[in-house]
Amino acid sequence: MFQNLPLFPEKASTIAYRVDALFYFLTAVAVFFAALIFILIVVFAVKYRRRSATEKGAPIEGNIALEILWTVVPLGITMVMFGWGALVYVDMFDPPSNALEIDVVAKQWMWKMQHREGQSEINELHVPVGRPVQLMMTSEDVIHSFFVPAFRIKMDVLPGRYTTLWFQPTKAGEYHLFCAEFCGTQHSGMLGRVIVMEPAEYQGWLDGGATGMSMEQAGAQLFQRLGCGVCHRPDGAGQGPSLVGIFGRPVKLEGGGAVTADEAYIRRSILEPHAQVVAGYKPVMPTFKGLVSEDGILQIIAYLKSLQKEGPQAQR
Amino acid sequence: MNAQRREHYLNVNYGVRSWLLTTDHKRIAWLYLVSVTFFFFVGGFFATLIRLELLTPQGDLVQAETYNKLFTMHGVTMVFFFLIPSIPAVLGNFLIPMMIGARDLAFPKLNLASWYIFIIGGLFTLAATAAGGVDTGWTFYTPYSSIYSNTHVALTVVGIFVTGFSSILTGLNFIVTIHKMRAPGLTWFRLPLFVWAHYATSIIFVLGTPVLAITLALVGLERIFGLGIFDPARGGDPVLFQHLFWFYSHPAVYIMILPSMGIVSELIACFSRKRIFGYAFVAFASLGIAIIGFLVWGHHMFVSGQSVHAGLVFSLLSFLVAIPSAIKVFNWTATLYKGSVSYDAPMLYSLGFIGVFTIGGLTGLFLATLGFDVHVTDTYFVVAHFHYIMVGGAVMGYLGGIHFWWPKMTGRLYPEILARLAALIVFLGFNLTFFPQFVLGFLGMPRRYHAYPPEFQVLNVMSSAGASILAVGYVLPLVYLIWSLRYGAVAGRNPWGARGLEWETDSPPPTHNFDTTPRVTESAYAYEKEPEEIYHFGATAHV
Repeated sequence: MFQNLPLFPEKASTIAYRVDALFYFLTAVAVFFAALIFILIVVFAVKYRRRSATEKGAPIEGNIALEILWTVVPLGITMVMFGWGALVYVDMFDPPSNALEIDVVAKQWMWKMQHREGQSEINELHVPVGRPVQLMMTSEDVIHSFFVPAFRIKMDVLPGRYTTLWFQPTKAGEYHLFCAEFCGTQHSGMLGRVIVMEPAEYQGWLDGGATGMSMEQAGAQLFQRLGCGVCHRPDGAGQGPSLVGIFGRPVKLEGGGAVTADEAYIRRSILEPHAQVVAGYKPVMPTFKGLVSEDGILQIIAYLKSLQKEGPQAQR
Repeated sequence: MNAQRREHYLNVNYGVRSWLLTTDHKRIAWLYLVSVTFFFFVGGFFATLIRLELLTPQGDLVQAETYNKLFTMHGVTMVFFFLIPSIPAVLGNFLIPMMIGARDLAFPKLNLASWYIFIIGGLFTLAATAAGGVDTGWTFYTPYSSIYSNTHVALTVVGIFVTGFSSILTGLNFIVTIHKMRAPGLTWFRLPLFVWAHYATSIIFVLGTPVLAITLALVGLERIFGLGIFDPARGGDPVLFQHLFWFYSHPAVYIMILPSMGIVSELIACFSRKRIFGYAFVAFASLGIAIIGFLVWGHHMFVSGQSVHAGLVFSLLSFLVAIPSAIKVFNWTATLYKGSVSYDAPMLYSLGFIGVFTIGGLTGLFLATLGFDVHVTDTYFVVAHFHYIMVGGAVMGYLGGIHFWWPKMTGRLYPEILARLAALIVFLGFNLTFFPQFVLGFLGMPRRYHAYPPEFQVLNVMSSAGASILAVGYVLPLVYLIWSLRYGAVAGRNPWGARGLEWETDSPPPTHNFDTTPRVTESAYAYEKEPEEIYHFGATAHV
């Protein structure tokens, strides 16, 4: 419409359509009430303008019915906003189970993406159109925020924690990726592109850019190199518990309690092994802090997830 | 009558000492007025450079590092050294004792101490600026502020920490004064709404500010001594900082807007010559905002990694806090109905306030809506929203109040036509500056960006153009108000025909405000009655 004056951002994900529908509703309500107030003010100010120096206003103290009306009506309307907004929000953070998983590591001032198949990219993210994609994100330093306006999604990326985000692209093309949380000097330079491709094209990109090793393989290699397998033997006969099939399952802890062996638990166990020790084992594991990068931890997690598929207790 | 001969609080004695050691609430109000005006223009200077930089998509006027310091110092100066103290410490200080028929605040020396504490805090922050500034954003998010930033975080944080005590003591002073020093017959429901608004604000001062002090002290301790409180590398939690920070800083927004709402209630009633519509609803709305306002901080954190359930609760509560604001807007509008409306400059600011506050409030609903907030949080949509509240709302109310009570404070009138022109320029300049930012945010432009993609340029140029108009609107009153001190027409006691005890004494008032303690026999805004029927001076008055 206006080449230099865009008024609406591009819509390129399934959720974008729902967010925009919500936006139109909110705007309609806002325009109605703003117009109501503006018109009333102008009409009253003109109609009841002071006509003589001694004139006084009518002695009106208020009206209970009106007070109730303009308390209850806004309350009702805002509850609709709340409910509708909540529905969209809950779905935004509830990824479908068949999502393509990609890991994101942020640092001052770049984005590193790792695909399960082994490709890693910097400040670019290639994804296929029409398939849900889930991002597992962490930061190496300060808080960043992963923001793709065309998808209407955003999530902070925190150091020491994993946060997730999902989207399903609906249109091939290139879209802005912004860092939305102030992160230091080059914050406004922490830009990237999300490149949405047709599935066949995406497959070609995956094949073309392959490094020869998938994330699981890289994780397996790292697992080997760091000597994890010496204690965490698959048969469970080592000093540490077997990690086969452990991902996503509850683990009993020394001293009582249990925890689900998710990404956060595995990360913590690598960096602070004595924090949550598995029941029946001694706290003998050394920390791997400084020996393994955030990317490396994500590779190890990918490897442990794969053990689930292949291991003896494979079926959930 | 010879205004030059009569003794009043301004001419009772002269000299720097008589001002710096005064315990007269009216003189302390002037100390604050001069200080916050200074900080306003310092903050405005930073804003000017920001808007100049954003004229072009490339970061070409200043370096990225400098730009980050500019928006940080703009935010810190405006929030902590202008917006928070402005109305309470200037107009609240001057007017609350007069409005309730008292000679001074409950603790006059504490009042002076509050000003010194404010100035000491301000000097720390100015020192931090002079030493090279700070680049964390006024929100000081960890671990960037506590570990990674190489700028003067500690010095700035100390400044804000110290200044906080000034707020706490002012709030304490107001609460005690309003409880204990009201004139005979001046019951709670006869109080001007300005006093109610300051009572609500004082509650936030006293309950909220200590949390900010603790939070900033923890940032300082982590930064200086390496304690692991917020830094995950040392076992801390960076999101904990956000909870603590917003527990104060969201209610702080109400510190800025509630006093302004109090002013608008006074002005709308006066220039409609009519009682405020639904007095009790407007009064309780202030308290409602102050109380519910403490329970909504998590709406700043919908994408911070807090749980989805927490998001749902904070969203619901945020919608609830919008209701009292809506009630106020409807009541102000209804007050105009069958009034006798004049268009004096303070009234123009009030009508402008209702307009921009309505837009600011309605866009707040967008941000409270979870599914939409995810897209626009941390973008210019948020920047536009809070400037509509804090600049459009709070500053416009402040300017309306300064114009309204200027004749009382100085005994002089300002040039009315110029003042109306300034009000119009502020309104137009403000909207041109900030409305395009809603669109920018919806398009996805993140805040705190030194450089930006070229498709955002047209809207940024509009915003910068608006800012230059707004600057004219802010400098103009500075010029003619100073001019009026010497050349303005003598105002007399009550140039607006207003109701309220402050208008029943001379302009400028005598040091002790009233010669005898007044008795009050009517509720506020009894414009249908003559002042003599409402306020009774001398020993013979009966309630």
